[in-house]
Amino acid sequence: MKYIDEYRDKNLVINLAEQIRKESKKEIKLMEVCGGHTMAIQKFGIPALLPETIKLISGPGCPVCVSDRKFIDQTVAYSRLSNVIIATYGDLIRVPGSSSSLNEEKAAGKDIRIVYSVLDALKIAEQNPDKIVVFPGIGFETTAPASAAGILNAEKRGIKNFLVYSSHKIMPPAMAALIDEGVNLNGYIAPGHVSTITGTAIYADIPKKYNLGCVIAGFEPVDLLQSVLMLVKQIESGKPKVEIQYKRVVKPEGNIIAQGMMNSVFELRPDWWRGLGVLPGSGLGISEKYSAFDAEKQLQVEVEPTKEDKGCICGEILKGLKSPKDCKLFATACSPSDPVGACMVSNEGACHAYYKYNRNL
Amino acid sequence: MRKNDRILLGHGSGGQLSHELIKNVFIKNFSNTELNKQTDSAILKIEDLNLCFTTDSYVVDPIFFSGGNIGKLAIAGTVNDLAVAGAKPLYLSAGFIIEEGFPMDDLVKITETMKEEAQKAGITIVTGDTKVVDRGKADKVFINTSGIGILPKKNKEIASGSKIKPGDKIIINGSIGDHGMTIMAERNDLNISAKIGSDCACLNHMINDILNASDKVSFMRDATRGGIATVLTEIVSDKDFGLIIEEDQVPVKEAVRGICELLGFDPFYVANEGKVIVVVASEDAEKVVAAMKNHKEGKEAAIIGEITSEHKGKGWINTGIGGKRIIDMLAGEQLPRIC
Repeated sequence: MKYIDEYRDKNLVINLAEQIRKESKKEIKLMEVCGGHTMAIQKFGIPALLPETIKLISGPGCPVCVSDRKFIDQTVAYSRLSNVIIATYGDLIRVPGSSSSLNEEKAAGKDIRIVYSVLDALKIAEQNPDKIVVFPGIGFETTAPASAAGILNAEKRGIKNFLVYSSHKIMPPAMAALIDEGVNLNGYIAPGHVSTITGTAIYADIPKKYNLGCVIAGFEPVDLLQSVLMLVKQIESGKPKVEIQYKRVVKPEGNIIAQGMMNSVFELRPDWWRGLGVLPGSGLGISEKYSAFDAEKQLQVEVEPTKEDKGCICGEILKGLKSPKDCKLFATACSPSDPVGACMVSNEGACHAYYKYNRNL
Repeated sequence: MRKNDRILLGHGSGGQLSHELIKNVFIKNFSNTELNKQTDSAILKIEDLNLCFTTDSYVVDPIFFSGGNIGKLAIAGTVNDLAVAGAKPLYLSAGFIIEEGFPMDDLVKITETMKEEAQKAGITIVTGDTKVVDRGKADKVFINTSGIGILPKKNKEIASGSKIKPGDKIIINGSIGDHGMTIMAERNDLNISAKIGSDCACLNHMINDILNASDKVSFMRDATRGGIATVLTEIVSDKDFGLIIEEDQVPVKEAVRGICELLGFDPFYVANEGKVIVVVASEDAEKVVAAMKNHKEGKEAAIIGEITSEHKGKGWINTGIGGKRIIDMLAGEQLPRIC
């Protein structure tokens, strides 16, 4: 397959692994911030290719995983309103809330539909003018512009029964908070798709303020290994900086149009992150101007008190302090078919990736 | 751990939830020696005959797809369940649940396909049933087929896999994921136009030739829902051997890989309807591959791995790039109504 096979070339991979082995002297910990990276690293079996000096740890870049359980509880509450259709990305459907999940509500007869794009949600709204379609907006700078586009489109087309319930978040506050919290890191494998939108500017502080390197990486084995090599070189030479490995997609200035859409629809607000607590200016709320499309403003629901599961260490895992295998629920009480924490549900969750590909390594 | 108090789509996925449902509800209530073996077909000794008996229901959506339709699936799926147990399929039943208002022409087309497939496979449909339900109470048409076949004595151990031993080779008859990704591409909410078709086919003639080529076949199973990952996990589960798969030896069509990449599927977990995993003694592996290649359904046959004495109870993959990881069963639903 063109544009993929080149990045999965065994010889290139072996060559890169050898170079890494040669360059890497210090024991280092690199964090892959993005859940997509975690999945790729486990799926391709990358850890087995790295020398013992390098440890990869998973970060807070799985949107479903860092979201508050209250987000699920409130979406469940919306789904129970008689005139509401929930149109959601498939990832959310199995995430356990305090006492239910969208999956269970669907089985109980609520109208919950999986969409692949916010535009599909808009279509459902158009086809069901007597219903209200709620789209749970989840994700970082990657998916936030899509939700913004949904709202802008709805406004343009005069669709009045489309609402977004935003849990969108931005990445940099979490990356800074991790280091402020004392997580021991030597560099970031920075998220490729977030950076496609934002460009490199959002990481500028990390080398300056925290003396850590950031390499924006693609999602194929060659991308990941090359990014590790770039970080190793930065660390060994003591010159941390922001570099783009994923040059075929990421431009330094990012996607200006998408940034514009995001800025016009959303405004920053404090938001709660699993494991990190409330981070100022880390969430994207829908601005006053577009409040007609804001589920939080337009729908009143009673949400059950949030119950967190005891024993689940998702928070520690998202901070990179613990590995999924350190959790006593891992692969016992918590598995993808019967998940306790969100990290086990999402395809991008560290626990899910470890369970699926690395359970007994 | 939360108790599911309702049936979820995942309970029908063929993955972990299905296994739990079977164990906790069906086996619990129906428990008996034959059922508890949980093989694709029950092996029943009636007087001097060993009979294989199996049943399957088909609810695929859409009912017509590139490479087949629900009727072809209903014949092939049940024939294959008998054939992989080592049996010669003989007779089938066909039960139809039809939604009021379903076009007669479509029903005729489906039954014509069933007739053709049955003829090709050399089996006879000897009994049937028809139910019609109110419009909206079922979706178009659902089909159930049951089948019986005769099991030659020498094939008795194939279904249980009790003769599998380290060193045995693992073989597949062609590319994986074709059926699942064809259905996915054709589901009307996804506008993907890719040149792929379902691999849906009766495998009994090919399997017959495999068993004629080698008497050292230790296990066979068709890899349907849950994909080859689920079969590979089942082979080693609770056993004192493991297995290793060479990812780059597993055939995957370009278009299937493309759709998988696009939608985030792993082809190892995607459904097939014409693929069999064969485990055979190493010395006979090439013979089995050659026997497969004589058939249309086995042109791309390949040795993809082997049984190991290491990492007992676990399946491993050497990834295409030289990494290593485990293979696990499908958890949760991948695609509802795939067959």
